[in-house]
Amino acid sequence: MAETILSIQDLKVNYGGIEAVKEISFEVPEASIITLIGSNGAGKSSTLRSIAGLVRPAGGKILFRGDDITHLNSSDIVKKGITLVPEGRKIFPNLSVLENLRIGAYLRNDDISGDLQWVYELFPRLKERSWQAGGTLSGGEQQMLAVGRALMSLPKLIMMDEPSLGLAPIVVKGIFDIIREINNQGVTVLLIEQNANMALKTADFAYVLETGRITMSGSGQELLVNEDVRKAYLGT
Amino acid sequence: MHSASYYLELLLSGITVGSLYALIAIGYTMVYGILRLINFAHGDIFMMAGFFMVYLSASMSPVVAIPIVLILTVLLGTTIERVAYKPLRSAPRMSVMISAIGVSYLLENLATYITGGLAKAYPVIPFLKKTFTVGQMTIKTITVITPVLTIFLVVALVSFISRTKTGMAMRAVSKDFDTARLMGIRVNDVISYTFVIGSFLAGVGSILYFTNYGQVSPLIGAMPGLKAFVAAVFGGIGSIPGAVLGAYLIGICESFIKSNDSIAIFSNAFTFVLLIVVLLFKPNGMFGEKDNEKV
Repeated sequence: MAETILSIQDLKVNYGGIEAVKEISFEVPEASIITLIGSNGAGKSSTLRSIAGLVRPAGGKILFRGDDITHLNSSDIVKKGITLVPEGRKIFPNLSVLENLRIGAYLRNDDISGDLQWVYELFPRLKERSWQAGGTLSGGEQQMLAVGRALMSLPKLIMMDEPSLGLAPIVVKGIFDIIREINNQGVTVLLIEQNANMALKTADFAYVLETGRITMSGSGQELLVNEDVRKAYLGT
Repeated sequence: MHSASYYLELLLSGITVGSLYALIAIGYTMVYGILRLINFAHGDIFMMAGFFMVYLSASMSPVVAIPIVLILTVLLGTTIERVAYKPLRSAPRMSVMISAIGVSYLLENLATYITGGLAKAYPVIPFLKKTFTVGQMTIKTITVITPVLTIFLVVALVSFISRTKTGMAMRAVSKDFDTARLMGIRVNDVISYTFVIGSFLAGVGSILYFTNYGQVSPLIGAMPGLKAFVAAVFGGIGSIPGAVLGAYLIGICESFIKSNDSIAIFSNAFTFVLLIVVLLFKPNGMFGEKDNEKV
């Protein structure tokens, strides 16, 4: 087993007066694809948002490569090499595609032209549209841009919040191909999805989150054939 | 019938007044663009800048005082943000707005308390007071400097926002705080820069305005502040070119209205009628974004 890059210990997150996450613990090994699946409101987004520093955890610890990052602000967390592709893509509609990518590299002061090239190779569509305002892109293109923008910070861990949400099946497949591709290049992926089928097929290891608690875990393949998971999340 | 030079003079004076409104309007529109807050204290920051000059020039030459006035104005603007707006970041917008109104009254009353409520003569800044003649017209240096400096500052600001990394961060923050944070942007710093820019321009505006006007009094910030605010709404609040255009329109119209004795008394009313008309027919202003949120 590879070294642990992210370790969540008894994490508690309150959100809008509700205990969204109730003392969960899990680990993300380096260079793996880990997924958290679960229905709406299970606490998946809250978990990612607290790792990214957008929400202060109410308890527990978040360790990144052994360092306690629980109380760092989001700027310092990005600097450590963690990035979040937010739910709904949230690209900046008033910035051009190129600016959206450049702002992903906001904290970097080195030359980013090589990495821009890399992102454009991953998503040739973005290169064609590089001068267009981000808000004019289609949903799938916006998702590519959101992933590309996150990659521009050269993350060691990329977290994705529902990357398939609202996209056509063919586009979803493309996005998951890219997730594998990024992972092959050595970036660790922490993915949360309602599209459990795709997520489990892609992930090395998966956790099932139900109303703020982890109720099950196993390799993607194990959960894919698990009776309970099939009933609850795969609809078969 | 008046001569052409009479109308040219009216136009020039309108452009000067419009420039001053523009310098103040940018502060309103930028803060609104980022925080969705109408900074009601902005006109009073402008007034305070006037008093900074009055009191500083008592012990030094006005020319030396200029940079200090600008620094103090920027400090005042950013301190107000830190003390009165930042703690309310996650509060409903109405609370922040009420806080802004409170700061406005606080500054006005503070100025009244310190000055005893009396108007103070604004020091003469020699190089702004010079005059020269072109043909039959006598032109004050300040009439020329005001629009030139304003246009220069506006162009500098617009290219700063569209070309620099910090400008890009400002545009990002104006759309979405959380996603900007995910990029590693320190949102509170960006908000502070906005107040730095707005207060700086209000400081520059105050020097030009009061040099023209000759005196400062505690409530003097209200009217130019309101007119600059109308200019910002006219142009589409949040849009810098819009605010500048609105400011020039209001300044020039006012100048012509004031020149006609039979309607001169309505020059202030004109501005607010304009506000009502804009809000009725084009609530997002000339260059405003489609935004259904109500303030």
